[in-house]
Amino acid sequence: MATTEPGELHGPGPDLDSPRGLARPGGRPRVLAHLCLILFGLLMLYPLIWMLASSFKPGEEIFSQPGLWSENFTAQNYVEGWTALPRPFHIYILNSLIVVGGSIVGNLLACSLAAYAFARLEFRFKRFWFAVMLGTIMLPIHVVIVPQYVLFAQLDWINTFWPLIVPKLLATDAFFIFLMVQFIRGIPKELDEAARIDGCGHFGIFWRIIIPMSTPALATTAIFTFIWTWNDFFSQLIFLADPDLYTVPVALRTFVDSNTQTPWGPVFAMSVVSLAPIFGFFLAGQRYLVRGIATTGLK
Amino acid sequence: MTELSDETRTPAAVPAHPPPRSASPPAPARRRRWRLPQVGERKVAYLFLAPWFIGLALITIGPILGSLYLSFTDYSLLAPPEWTGLDNYERMVTDPRFYQSLQVTFVYVFVSVPLQLAFALALALALDKGLRGLAFYRSVYYLPSLLGASVAIAVLWRQMFGAEGLINAALENLGFTDLPGWVSDPDYALGTIIILNVWTFGSPMVIFLAGLRQIPQMYYEAAAIDGAGALRRFFSITLPLLSPIIFFNLVLQLIGSFQSFTQAFVISSGRGSPADSTLFYTLYLYLRGFGNFDMGYASALAWVLLLIVGVLTAANFLVSRFWVFYGDD
Repeated sequence: MATTEPGELHGPGPDLDSPRGLARPGGRPRVLAHLCLILFGLLMLYPLIWMLASSFKPGEEIFSQPGLWSENFTAQNYVEGWTALPRPFHIYILNSLIVVGGSIVGNLLACSLAAYAFARLEFRFKRFWFAVMLGTIMLPIHVVIVPQYVLFAQLDWINTFWPLIVPKLLATDAFFIFLMVQFIRGIPKELDEAARIDGCGHFGIFWRIIIPMSTPALATTAIFTFIWTWNDFFSQLIFLADPDLYTVPVALRTFVDSNTQTPWGPVFAMSVVSLAPIFGFFLAGQRYLVRGIATTGLK
Repeated sequence: MTELSDETRTPAAVPAHPPPRSASPPAPARRRRWRLPQVGERKVAYLFLAPWFIGLALITIGPILGSLYLSFTDYSLLAPPEWTGLDNYERMVTDPRFYQSLQVTFVYVFVSVPLQLAFALALALALDKGLRGLAFYRSVYYLPSLLGASVAIAVLWRQMFGAEGLINAALENLGFTDLPGWVSDPDYALGTIIILNVWTFGSPMVIFLAGLRQIPQMYYEAAAIDGAGALRRFFSITLPLLSPIIFFNLVLQLIGSFQSFTQAFVISSGRGSPADSTLFYTLYLYLRGFGNFDMGYASALAWVLLLIVGVLTAANFLVSRFWVFYGDD
């Protein structure tokens, strides 16, 4: 398949950024096309922009005000939202960061180790295990969640962060194994051989050659792990029932859970806070993200 | 001559020729391993794979088999599982909420995925025309894909499509009256979640864009010389050459959409309300397993989900032989 060309993340790679085709001077059809694309983009992003604007508006103005501007912009919603839940919001952020940090470390270590074996080493039934690995990418988490819960309950790990971090240390996010296999296959084997002649074993080659050469793939893995784990709701909802351990998504959800009137101002303020890191990573890591999805079809 | 070669073979000669790069002591052994093809490689490979193998056994394969076993039992976590044979599956056949969740999920998947892919393809084609600012547009359209799965966006959707939300406020300004509260109306609630999924068309769009790049420009030039119009070029060149990518996106989005959970959970207050109109299959599984702690029944639901997704994916691959084009050879 064209999108899974080995080494696409590597080196110069295909040019995904510059315009293609016959460069024609920008006549009227061009202007019209740009106008349509910008309008459609605005329409798509309008809910986000509106939420950002509304998070600075007094509560009563949020209702029945589809516009963005207000005379009374205020940061009051952020002050209120921060302390509106049983714990201050930075506790939830801290909890999320612990889970996210552990997941990133786990994915980087375990997936790159496995990827090296699949990309560079020979072992029995390699094709079979590779197929199994690809199959686990497709596996819905809902199929395994009940026995996992039973297992972690027996280990007394419910209401700890372990059920969210330990699986990552065991390379269960097979997406990233696949991503790194694709990448490592694009690194010239001559480098491995040169290192071997210089006395490196497999761990030496892995650590001194493959890892430094794979930084784009590792960056993609780290960014995607951050975004997915930060957004992840299902497993955090199931394994964390103690309000002291709530992560950002689980806490945010309790805002709108009750039957009482939702305080939209503070809710929007905290929603903006929860989306800000993703937006930041998106801006900083766009190149890696786009190459990452173009290579493996990640979301 | 012979004397000299004898001398080089004596053990005393070894320290006289130290390895050139002052390597660590076992260096000669390593060199031999390199020359004899990879004796220890298999063992090394298993070391590298050890975390993944452990994870596969304990976190993936074990639980798959575990849920198969639990699906034949009555289990509430408090007492040990009690074997009940096919009981859970028989209950499923007569469970109206099971059928409701199936219907909701199928409608969601089969409406939102084609729409999402259509948007993705249309925008990718529009952006591939050599316009300036491609990277900018791509980022704008891609951003919702990153945010769409978050609780924050689901919360926003709940407000937007609420009785007093953004959508109704905008429609009232346009003169509409008697508007429903979309998320609290059983006729429309699922539609709002479908819109949310379509909104995240950016990631398949990026994959389409990368795929369009792989189509050689000369095909289009040749076709243009032969007098093929834009429509003809699209159906005779773009569509067949892009079909593997379309297939890839289709498989990926189908599997992903079957697992949607967060949006339905947040928008329906975790109950599938109103009137079970947003009772997604995964949500129902969650409610049975972690709401009622009916772990046996939840496991049976999990296995049926696995079968559905497996059969659909297999069917997809079978049908793909008739429409996916993998080159001339």
